[in-house]
Amino acid sequence: MSGKPGRSVVVALCVALSLTFLLPVAAAQDKGQVVKIGWIGSLTGDQAVWGQCEFNTVKMLVEELNAAGGLLGRKLEVIGYDTRGDAMEAVNAVRRLTSQDKVVTIIGPNASGQAIPISSILEEMKVPDIATVATNPKVTVVDGKVKPFNFRVCFIDPYQGAVAAGYAYDVLKFRKAAVLYDVADDYSQGLTEFFIKTFTQKGGKIVAKEAFKFGDTDFRPQLSKIKAANPEVIFMPYFFKEVALSANQARELGIKCVLMGGDGWPSEVLLEMAKDAIEGSYIVNHLDFEDPEVQDFKQRYMKKYNRKVELNGYLAHDAFLMFVDAVKRAGSFDPVAIRDALETTDIKGITGRIRIDKNTHNPEGKEAAIIKIVNGNYVFQQKYAP
Amino acid sequence: MDWFYIKGILILSGINLMAVLGLSLLTGFTGLFSFGHAGFMAIGAYTAAYLGVKMGLPLTVALLAGGFSAGLVSLFIGKLTLKLKGDYFCIATLGFGEAIRLILDNVQTFGGARGWPGIPIRVDLWNVALVNVVGIALLVNLVNSRHGRNMIAVREEELAAKTIGIDTFRYKMISLFISAVYAGVAGGLVGYYTGFLQPKMFSLNKSTELTIIVIFGGIGSISGSVLGALLLTALPEILRAFALWRLVVYGAAVIFIMISRPEGLMGGKEITWKGIASLLQRGLRLHPAAKSQAGAGAQASVGDRGGDRDGNGSASGSGSGDRAAQSIKPSF
Repeated sequence: MSGKPGRSVVVALCVALSLTFLLPVAAAQDKGQVVKIGWIGSLTGDQAVWGQCEFNTVKMLVEELNAAGGLLGRKLEVIGYDTRGDAMEAVNAVRRLTSQDKVVTIIGPNASGQAIPISSILEEMKVPDIATVATNPKVTVVDGKVKPFNFRVCFIDPYQGAVAAGYAYDVLKFRKAAVLYDVADDYSQGLTEFFIKTFTQKGGKIVAKEAFKFGDTDFRPQLSKIKAANPEVIFMPYFFKEVALSANQARELGIKCVLMGGDGWPSEVLLEMAKDAIEGSYIVNHLDFEDPEVQDFKQRYMKKYNRKVELNGYLAHDAFLMFVDAVKRAGSFDPVAIRDALETTDIKGITGRIRIDKNTHNPEGKEAAIIKIVNGNYVFQQKYAP
Repeated sequence: MDWFYIKGILILSGINLMAVLGLSLLTGFTGLFSFGHAGFMAIGAYTAAYLGVKMGLPLTVALLAGGFSAGLVSLFIGKLTLKLKGDYFCIATLGFGEAIRLILDNVQTFGGARGWPGIPIRVDLWNVALVNVVGIALLVNLVNSRHGRNMIAVREEELAAKTIGIDTFRYKMISLFISAVYAGVAGGLVGYYTGFLQPKMFSLNKSTELTIIVIFGGIGSISGSVLGALLLTALPEILRAFALWRLVVYGAAVIFIMISRPEGLMGGKEITWKGIASLLQRGLRLHPAAKSQAGAGAQASVGDRGGDRDGNGSASGSGSGDRAAQSIKPSF
């Protein structure tokens, strides 16, 4: 078989790879005074749209801050690593950020499945993390105990599920609901559980609960059953790609009832894929896209990247604000001092008032925005808290 | 490079290695391809975590029980599917792996798709290394025993093996059982390393990754599996500098190596003490010319598997490595 040439090629490749390993370290050493913050999330994989938007947002804000003179007289630098939506990758990335890159704070990830396994590393290395859209309650609290170095900037699943159910029951006056959810997805299971709990508590009836699994493209069998149950509203707590497919198929089957969804919906892609099918649907969202507060950020992002901001961008923006505020109040870049300051955060972000509760590390009482899709646009209805 | 970071990669390599060792026995030595080993890992992971967290058993017992439960399930699966030939077995394992994941997604006792946080962290580099050393030692002994040779015979030519009186079905079962136990132990380690389990961790991607490592390391070589697990676990981390293009480069690197060395890194050869000793002797003897002979020297350090044994006429024969690489290609 191919003997020598093959082996020498392999050796050459290994040498080349180990060189790339060393390069970033060498480059980083002569910067000295720069303070590093970390970002992790999906730059590749099925949530890459959101991950890239988050990373772009943080990069833009860091640049702007540096141009305005930096923070406490020092320049910032952001180091971002891809997790491709994988828990093990997230663990590796955080190990690298905390030990080799010596970041003072980490922003991200956007998924709970990655935010939970990194906590032991954060605690060992004593570096705080601000998750962006990780809505599982267990990201910050497990068995009634708050995790000292995990924070988040978004509201949590029970709250989101309760908002959707409360709005459907109290405001829209629906009494019969159906749920279609992704059984293989943690976020979807969480929202389903809390939607059903609140809706039935209020006196509503769940007439159908149907599941599919991530990667499915045909939802007609489940939708036919839902149609037979004749609900007034279908709750669809999953991500925009499946939402677009299932909404289109629901309309094909002649289902005319109102559709409702969570923060997995808002995306420019959804409007392109299922403009007519989702007309008149309601979404529970973290913010109102047309809110005057967010226009400035939207325009800055558009100008720099020539792309529209995705939902995650807004939350990454506020996570960064939380970090800047904490550093200012702590008066230092010591990660533990930043952590202590984060615990008493009370700022006004573009997604609403962020007041961190010491006992949960969640922004308590953050209102949700109810959005309705009208003529192919996301139209804000009202701020709502159950 | 910071030790803390390297340690993380090494622990992960060790965990992968455990699963790869098992798969190496099944694929590399018995010639059965499996795309469902992540399923066995999942069974081991959840059993080990359940026994450790809910029943308070010590780590060793929990890991062994995790491995054993994966093994038990494999006996059941094996009984049903090992009569299938070639690709059909492969497809059956693929279905099995996905089924296990979807069952775990649905069973709310273990947290369902939302995962199971709060598992105590008990795995560090030392106990992973210990588990690996024990795993490798057991496997080397098995492979060099009569049973190991019988498995190789099944891989090389099932019909001939049957003719000389080897119960091929039984050896396939044993091989599947042991590989499932290894995968189960590896799964147990995952839970106690991250402190969090989620069915998503044990997807088809994981199974494929394990098979890639076995083939990359070299069919029918334990040292190849060790090298493969270390290299392929570290590679995505080494490539972090490429950001968005990281996985493209990773894929390209694997393809490139497989083209330049179709038999994998070690392909049927092992690194042995004897081989290293003879390399050192040569190095001393040929001192002035040592540099130009570096390539040949490296080759001498790997003893051919067949040459190591007394080789008195078992069906495994010598030079199985190259033949293995050839016989494996069409079925892959």
